[in-house]
Amino acid sequence: MAKYVINVNGASKQVEVAEDTPLLWVLRDTLGYTGTKFGCGKGLCGACTVHLDGQAIRSCSTAISAVNGEAITTIEGLATDDKLTALQEIWCDQDVPQCGYCQGGQIMSATALLNSPEKPSEEDIETAMAGNICRCATYSRIKEAIKTAAKS
Amino acid sequence: MKSTTTRRDFFKLTILATGGFMLKAKTNASEKSNTSFSPNPFIEINSNGKITLTAHIPEIGQGIKTSLPMIIAEELEVDWQQIQVVSKVANEKLFGNQNAGGSQSTPKNYNRLRKLGAAAKQILINAAADKWNVPATECSASSGKITHNEKSLTYAELASDASKLKAPNPKTIQLKDPKNFKLLGQRIPGVDNQKIVTGQPLFGIDQIQPDMKYAAFLRSPSFSGEVKNANLDKIKKMPGVSDAYIVKSAPAPMGGVFGGVAVIANSTWNAWKAKDALEIEWDQPDTSIHDSEKYAKLAVDIITTKKSKAPKKPQVKHSLEAIYHYPLLAHNTMEPQNCTALYKNGSFEFWAPTQAPSAAIKSLGKVFKIKPAQIKIHVTRSGGGFGRRIKSDFILEAAAIAKQSEGIPIKLTWTREQDIQQDYYRNAGWHHLEGGLNSSGKIVEFSDHLVSLGANNKPGTGGRLNKKVFPFPFLPQSKITNTVINTNIPFGWWRAPGSNGFAFAIQCFIDELAHKAGKDPVDFRLEILKTKSKGYSAKRMIGALKAATKKADWGKTLPKGSAQGVAFYFSHRGFVAVVAEVTVSKEGQLIVDKLTAGVDVGPIVNLSGAENQVFGSMLDGLSSALYQKIEIVDGIVKNNNFDDYPVLRMPNTPEMEVTFIEADIPPTGLGEPALPPTIPAVCNAIYRATGKRIRSLPISDHDLSWT
Repeated sequence: MAKYVINVNGASKQVEVAEDTPLLWVLRDTLGYTGTKFGCGKGLCGACTVHLDGQAIRSCSTAISAVNGEAITTIEGLATDDKLTALQEIWCDQDVPQCGYCQGGQIMSATALLNSPEKPSEEDIETAMAGNICRCATYSRIKEAIKTAAKS
Repeated sequence: MKSTTTRRDFFKLTILATGGFMLKAKTNASEKSNTSFSPNPFIEINSNGKITLTAHIPEIGQGIKTSLPMIIAEELEVDWQQIQVVSKVANEKLFGNQNAGGSQSTPKNYNRLRKLGAAAKQILINAAADKWNVPATECSASSGKITHNEKSLTYAELASDASKLKAPNPKTIQLKDPKNFKLLGQRIPGVDNQKIVTGQPLFGIDQIQPDMKYAAFLRSPSFSGEVKNANLDKIKKMPGVSDAYIVKSAPAPMGGVFGGVAVIANSTWNAWKAKDALEIEWDQPDTSIHDSEKYAKLAVDIITTKKSKAPKKPQVKHSLEAIYHYPLLAHNTMEPQNCTALYKNGSFEFWAPTQAPSAAIKSLGKVFKIKPAQIKIHVTRSGGGFGRRIKSDFILEAAAIAKQSEGIPIKLTWTREQDIQQDYYRNAGWHHLEGGLNSSGKIVEFSDHLVSLGANNKPGTGGRLNKKVFPFPFLPQSKITNTVINTNIPFGWWRAPGSNGFAFAIQCFIDELAHKAGKDPVDFRLEILKTKSKGYSAKRMIGALKAATKKADWGKTLPKGSAQGVAFYFSHRGFVAVVAEVTVSKEGQLIVDKLTAGVDVGPIVNLSGAENQVFGSMLDGLSSALYQKIEIVDGIVKNNNFDDYPVLRMPNTPEMEVTFIEADIPPTGLGEPALPPTIPAVCNAIYRATGKRIRSLPISDHDLSWT
């Protein structure tokens, strides 16, 4: 057990957990941010994607000890004051989700992609999203939503 | 004009509306200023303006939480923006059976929910008519208002008066003419979308209860067995662990308790670490005989031994035979099985991602010897179902733990590995198909001997072929034989059970016959569909086939290495034809370029959701066909995670299109019927592109290179 401090969505949080505890379980079980989902535990599916300095990382295979002192953004932290991001709005309007379980991770990966200054090509989108599994296979609508957001 | 319904008529209406039990129009909180008009458990109109519709079937990604309330809203005459949709604690008495499965939620609820919406609307009309002292027939309802000439009242304003009125005579309830539908058939985004994109706690795994503990559970790796000994003392001393104990098995038909060890800790991570440190001596039968390769050898032996020695009919000019095989599959829902449970004062409370709460209550009652009144299930949104969550084993596992840890809410979560290795699997099958063509290329002989897995000489779920499957209804002398290999494997319903395998074997073999006959695969199928059948709606399938082939421009010229393939299948009341277009490089690299579906499930309820279901089903079929195979070695499932049980990803997703043929019948379900024909359509396209016939799945097992 050791003490760690992480900043989650702008709020500083101190936790006392075993050093090998994945960030995912600190977020979910210790801090109650359940928007970040468990899918595989091995960085294979992307359901647990969060941002570290705007970059998409897999929280299930990132130990808390590796992100001590860092700022993390989770899916709960994208919208500000109940105002959805443009991508979240498009995601709702274009009715992307089926079961919805992987969608937080998908949106975190897509948001990181859209943070880069260049407009992503079809291939950029496929490369950036290849690590996110959707078991309902909503891939076409995910791609369309990202394309729409990239245009706006 | 007064409403003239008698008590007797009211009783009849409630039976009609709710499936055999009594309900009253209830007045809620009448002492306060807010009054609610709730003529049935699905509709509540509050005088404060809030209109709440209850979605009673579990949402597992099939869109039912949006589509069923749309049906009520249509007849109730409220705008979609005026309503809120809620889920409630499972209650079979109030809502009827709440299991989601077999693509049955739409056909079973469509008429019923229309009538409930229309009856509520009629009561509101009657309330307004009474108030204005005008004939009800002169009043009309629209956008949550009743109007008579210049006068209008909102449903909120009428809620109090309406709550005092009796239900109308069911015979007088008028349903809308579908051509006046405003909502049904439109594209309506899912009701939970905003919560999903902001990460709100909708799912089972998101549930947090006060002072909750986290549980992990270790079962025997070979499907059955009791714990003889376990290193519990060591486990209890591990960080964060508060308890560890042995749980005995308690079977139930829809998924009971498996024997094993439960670990209780202060986080999922600590519970899992302790689970991984468990050393258990199992008391279990020798299961090493259960092995995928041994089953495969045995199946072929059975087929060879049972092969008919009878001479071919004299009119048979060409005969063909082939063995088609598909493997066991796991459901692999995105949200692993989990359940939060509390046992207190002799009662259970659950927060469960189940698709079958009614079945869960039955199994819980049987195993724990309790009544439904002592079981409260909060049905959460499920991160995928695909049939997995019809079984209640994960709920009963949580119940067994909660009972032992009485008074403490526990959240049980499985790892991905457990989810894959503790499934109720899609049955494997080996089809020995034989066909004979006459001199004009017509089928004159056809037989299928299906060897599937099962127990006690009964095929497991999805393992029995029947004569309703095309082309059997068109070939009176065709023959089906079923043989079972006995195993210890748990079987379950996997999206389009049975059909997902039968379609592959039979629609590919039909393609082989078409090629043997020198006929176009679509023409060959149409010829059969146009002959006399025993109970097959050939007209609707022809419609689906023509829609798909037209949209896909069937027969178009494609470069070498690219080709189209076709297949169709009837399942779950739905008629679906699929045209697949593939490109295979000389080195054997497969790209599925496009899938085009023609679908007849009657009128479409939610166009957005319907499209999602067709595309999702086709890709689920493709994903399984490309990559998936559960392998059992020495009685143990060898697959672990998404690396050795892959799932389709975005870069391999084809373009897709669908045409809906909206036949004039009540709508039927769409969670499954587009899956079965997708697999043979892809395999038939691969054959035409490469000359290589895929007779076993997954496709990734085959070398597709060509010269």
